[in-house]
Amino acid sequence: MSTELLEQKFNEKIDQEVRIEPKDWMPEKYRKTLIRQISQHAHSEIVGMLPEANWITRAPSLRRKAAALAKVQDEAGHGLYLYSACETLGVERDDLLADLHSGKAKYSSIFNYPTLSWADMGAIGWLVDGAAIMNQVPLCRASYGPYARAMVRVCKEESFHQRQGYEIMLTLCKGSEAQKKMAQDALNRWWWPSLMMFGPTDADSKHTEQSMRWGIKRFTNDELRQKFVDVTIPQAEILGLTVPDKDLKWNEERGHYDFGEINWEEFFNVISGNGPCNKQRIDARKKAYDDGAWVREAANAYAEKKAKKKVA
Amino acid sequence: MNKNWPLWEIFIRSKAGLNHKHVGSLHAADADMAVQNARDVYTRRNEGVSIWVVETKHITASDPDDSDQMYEPAKDKAYRHPTFYDLPDELKHM
Repeated sequence: MSTELLEQKFNEKIDQEVRIEPKDWMPEKYRKTLIRQISQHAHSEIVGMLPEANWITRAPSLRRKAAALAKVQDEAGHGLYLYSACETLGVERDDLLADLHSGKAKYSSIFNYPTLSWADMGAIGWLVDGAAIMNQVPLCRASYGPYARAMVRVCKEESFHQRQGYEIMLTLCKGSEAQKKMAQDALNRWWWPSLMMFGPTDADSKHTEQSMRWGIKRFTNDELRQKFVDVTIPQAEILGLTVPDKDLKWNEERGHYDFGEINWEEFFNVISGNGPCNKQRIDARKKAYDDGAWVREAANAYAEKKAKKKVA
Repeated sequence: MNKNWPLWEIFIRSKAGLNHKHVGSLHAADADMAVQNARDVYTRRNEGVSIWVVETKHITASDPDDSDQMYEPAKDKAYRHPTFYDLPDELKHM
C-alpha cells in the first residue's frame, strides 16, 4: 500500500474515532508527537514526586503522612503507566530517561518551583493536581489506545490527590491567623505557575492545531485554562482566600471569569531551564538513576543465574 | 553491562469468577519481580486478587493488516446469532 493510501486510511480512522493501536500504521510525525508528549507527561509525574517527597517526613499528622505517601506512590505509578505506553511506540525506557537527564526532554514547568511550607502541599494538591486533571480528563479519549488507557487509570487515581490538597487548605483556613496566612501565601505563589501549566496561549502554541487534528488533544490550552479558572475561583471563595490577580472578575457577557495577563517571560525562562529548582530536580533524578545502577545490574545477574539453574 | 530489564505484560483478575484482563506492562528482571512490581503498580486500590505476567516477547499477535481477511467473513453471518430467527410473539420463553 502506498504511503498516501495508508495515510488516508489513518485519517479516516481518526475521523471515525477509531483508536490507533501500537501495530497499526501511523504517520511518523504522529508517532514522534506522541513520544514527545507521553514521555514529557511521564517525566512530569516522576519529577513531580520530588517537591512533595520533601514533606513526607514533615507532615503534621499520621493521617497527612499516609496520604502524602500514597500520593507520591501514585505519581510513581502514573509515570510507569506512561513510560510503558510510550514504549509501545518503539522507544526504549533508557533513551527516554537519557533525554530527561540531558535536558532534551521537558517536563511540567510547575515542578521547578520550591515547596516552602506545609501549605504548599495543600496548594499543590488543590491547584496543580486540579490543573493536571483538567488537562488529563480529555486525554482519556486520545486517539492512541495505550495513551488513552493509561490516562483512564491516572484520572481515576488523581481525584483523591486534589481532594486531599483542598482538605489541607480548608483545615489551614479554619485554623489560626498564622495558618490562614500560610495558606494565602501558598496560593499567592502557586496560582500563576498553575495557570502556566496549560502551556502557551493558542496563538503561540506550535503543536496544538496538528494535535487536535490527530485527536491527541481535544481542547486548546486557552480553553482548558479558562475552564480551570472558572471552577477554581468558587473553590477559593469557600476557603476565604484571595486569588492574587487584580484583573480577575466575572464577565456576565462571556459567562466566564476574566483574568490578568500571564507572565510568559517567566514561563519560557523556567521551561528553558532557569527556574528556581530546575538544576536541583534534574540532579536528583540523575543521582537516583546512577545510584540505582548496581541494583538493576544485580537483578539482571540474579535472574540470569536463576535461569541457568532451571535449565540445569 | 547496562541491559534494560525485559518488558512484561500484566494481566489481573479483578475478583474470583472473572477472567484475567490485560492492564498494561512493566519492566522487571525476572518473573518473580514482575509479579511483585505488578502488585505495586497495578493493584494499589483492590483492583485484583490474582496476577499473571508474560514476557512481552512471548506474545504472538495477529497482524492488523490482515484484519479484513481475518474478521470480515464473520460480518455477513447474522444467522449465527439468536435474533436472526423469527419466532411468534406468543412464545414467552425460549
